[in-house]
Amino acid sequence: MRDFSITDVWLIIGAVRWTVALSVIALIGGSIGGLVIALCRISDNRVLRGFARSVILVFQGTPLLLQLFLIFFGFPIIGLEVNPWIAAGAALVLNTSAFLGDIWRGCIEAVPHGQTEAAKALNLGYVNRMRHVVLPQAFRVAVPPTVGFMVQIIKGSSLTAIIGFAELTRTAQVVNNATFAPMPVFLLVAALYFCLCWPLSRWATYLEKRLLIAGR
Amino acid sequence: MNYAFQFDAVFDAWPLLIEGTLQTIALSVGAMVIGLCIAVLCAWGKHSGPKPVVWLINAYIEIIRNTPFLIQLFFFYFALPSIGVQWSAATAALVTMFVNLGAFSAEIIRAGIESIPKGQIEAGLALNLKRYQIFIHVILKPALKTIFPALSSQFILLMLTSSVVSAISADDLTSVAASIQSNTFRSFEIYIVVTAIYFGLSMLFMGLFNLCYRRFLYFPGHR
Repeated sequence: MRDFSITDVWLIIGAVRWTVALSVIALIGGSIGGLVIALCRISDNRVLRGFARSVILVFQGTPLLLQLFLIFFGFPIIGLEVNPWIAAGAALVLNTSAFLGDIWRGCIEAVPHGQTEAAKALNLGYVNRMRHVVLPQAFRVAVPPTVGFMVQIIKGSSLTAIIGFAELTRTAQVVNNATFAPMPVFLLVAALYFCLCWPLSRWATYLEKRLLIAGR
Repeated sequence: MNYAFQFDAVFDAWPLLIEGTLQTIALSVGAMVIGLCIAVLCAWGKHSGPKPVVWLINAYIEIIRNTPFLIQLFFFYFALPSIGVQWSAATAALVTMFVNLGAFSAEIIRAGIESIPKGQIEAGLALNLKRYQIFIHVILKPALKTIFPALSSQFILLMLTSSVVSAISADDLTSVAASIQSNTFRSFEIYIVVTAIYFGLSMLFMGLFNLCYRRFLYFPGHR
């Protein structure tokens, strides 16, 4: 056992980068997956719609922790080596895809249907219709809830500590086990998470309000 | 892929799984009931309390909403005992859950309160109703209809989040899964079954809440 010192503080603060890195991976991967799921969810094809709906239902209806476990313990079964980076990244990307898919579906549906009809009347194909007409308008509505969801991603990334991914929470556990100073350790970690999440929350609220004014 | 799935070990442990499921439900319902009381108090305080109270409540809500559940759990289970609070893992889990839920639902309930037109509150004042009477009869009940959908998804979210309490080995479905796993080494099988149970619970409660909404809250709204 050793005392809780400034070295530990820096160790914990340094671990913020892994939380941020993992969250960024989840956001980027989840955005791509989310777009695919949102587009499937609103497509004319019944199979694609059903697929997207079940993905969303399953990921929203089961705990993120269990999703992490399934990927962590499932990878070796299909012959892949378990690497906490890959397991944590894959689980968070899949989870984020499902949630963003559902959020963005709502945003795309908020674009008046007349816009799609007009684009069709102009003989725009699916890709052009989405890329130049529907998605840019949906994007405006989608920004505030997406920023809000980033807070969920950061908070969710803490669960990867349980499968041994050494991000902020895991580092705190390790430092706590070495120093037996739970109070300063967990207060510090909570403060760090707060510093990451609170500005995003405020930003999301601000964007939401601005959108509301613009929509009037 | 040459992995032989063996589900027997999992299904042999069915009494444990049922016990775990009941523990998860009990924990979630308990946390929901206490958490909602806290949320209503907070919403009331924010609505009609003095400035310092409003600040305190805002700080509580913002801190809980912007830190991970797991850290809150560790704080209650590891940090608080170091300054003399002695409690079991089960109590710490329950406390974390209702403290967490209180902050999230306070915002929902506040949104419900804000959906009540000012004129109705003024009508209540004109009828010489007391402050708490206005709060219960004029604000809370009609607001309940508005917020019921959000509250029910909050409950399901809470139930799913409750799996995290297994990190401090509090009794719940995921802890049961972890102990079966360490006895049988059938990790994937046990976790897929438990995930399916959680999914079933989500669907069950979603259906139940829809039924309640249609049965009890289907009165004409104020809009």
